[in-house]
Amino acid sequence: MSSELDTAPEKYEEQHVHEVYEQIASHFSSTRYKPWPIVEAFLQSVSPGSIGIDVGCGNGKYLTVNRDVFIVGSDRSSNLVKIASQHQPHTAVVADTLSLPHRAGRFDFAISIAVIHHLSTPERRREAIKAILECLKDDGKALIYVWALEQKNSRRGWDEGHEQDVMVPWVMKSGKKNPNEDGSTEKTFQRYYHLYRSGELADDIVAIGGEMIEFGYEKDNWWAVCRRSTKSREG
Amino acid sequence: MKVLTLNFLTCAVKACKTTSTSFPLHPKDCELVSDTIAPNPQLLLNVLPRIDWNALIITAGELGFPTLPPTPPTREELESNEKMMTELHTLLLETQISEGSLVCGNCGHEYKIKEGIANFLLPNHLV
Repeated sequence: MSSELDTAPEKYEEQHVHEVYEQIASHFSSTRYKPWPIVEAFLQSVSPGSIGIDVGCGNGKYLTVNRDVFIVGSDRSSNLVKIASQHQPHTAVVADTLSLPHRAGRFDFAISIAVIHHLSTPERRREAIKAILECLKDDGKALIYVWALEQKNSRRGWDEGHEQDVMVPWVMKSGKKNPNEDGSTEKTFQRYYHLYRSGELADDIVAIGGEMIEFGYEKDNWWAVCRRSTKSREG
Repeated sequence: MKVLTLNFLTCAVKACKTTSTSFPLHPKDCELVSDTIAPNPQLLLNVLPRIDWNALIITAGELGFPTLPPTPPTREELESNEKMMTELHTLLLETQISEGSLVCGNCGHEYKIKEGIANFLLPNHLV
């Protein structure tokens, strides 16, 4: 992994994350329709009229959970944004998590679900969290979800001590009309993930001056609710 | 790209984000379409205090909408004025920029909008 990462991280992510999602967008989207309970509860907890951001919104499955709020979603994959933008009355734009066009200090809440683990260096993962928190108002809250290293009962079976930077296959049926050279009809794409170990997400949040409100583990993921720190909120 | 969205977005270039001239982005050569969206008066009433009204005046003017009042209506005024409610619903949520671009008033960079979707990915030299 480290030798591959000698290439610029943004190039690496383009090849091993962005291009993959662009190609699997439609199939990926068809498998992503059920909101995760903690994300749903967070979205339902915000006050009516709240303005939110969904950074890495994918197919936009969280945009419509709470019909009393307005969300500006963003994603790197224009194919996924096309799907997400069908969720009225919300908006989805194509944007990079590290260069968000969302205006600083204007948003009541933020979610970023299963996104930051696709960034390939610690610096870039922290920068992403910082960028998300900067969008928030003084009393705004963000919910961040990342894949956990500790998931020994999952299909993947990783656990403490395993390499944290991994390639994860996405198998897509290519259809009998477009078989591979060997006649098979499945195509496998490899996506890059950084698996978060226990405590790492909180460390990243605190390192960029954020404040932890709540955190936990749910179904192979670490999650955290956080906000801008008192100091940055006063400044 | 909805007019309401424009009230919350700015230039993606880091050096521009903190400047006042980068907000709001300026629509250029824009085609507008109007979607039919079920009115949600409660949403509009609750979103109202979160709108940057001065920026909305600029955006509405640049898109050729009738001039908005210089100050936002109060919640009570909007609640009791069905016409204003409908007009704001149309302007903020139903009006879409389908094609065109958004220009930063600070660096001049143009963000393209195609089929209603704005693209804020930056060329390498602006990242």
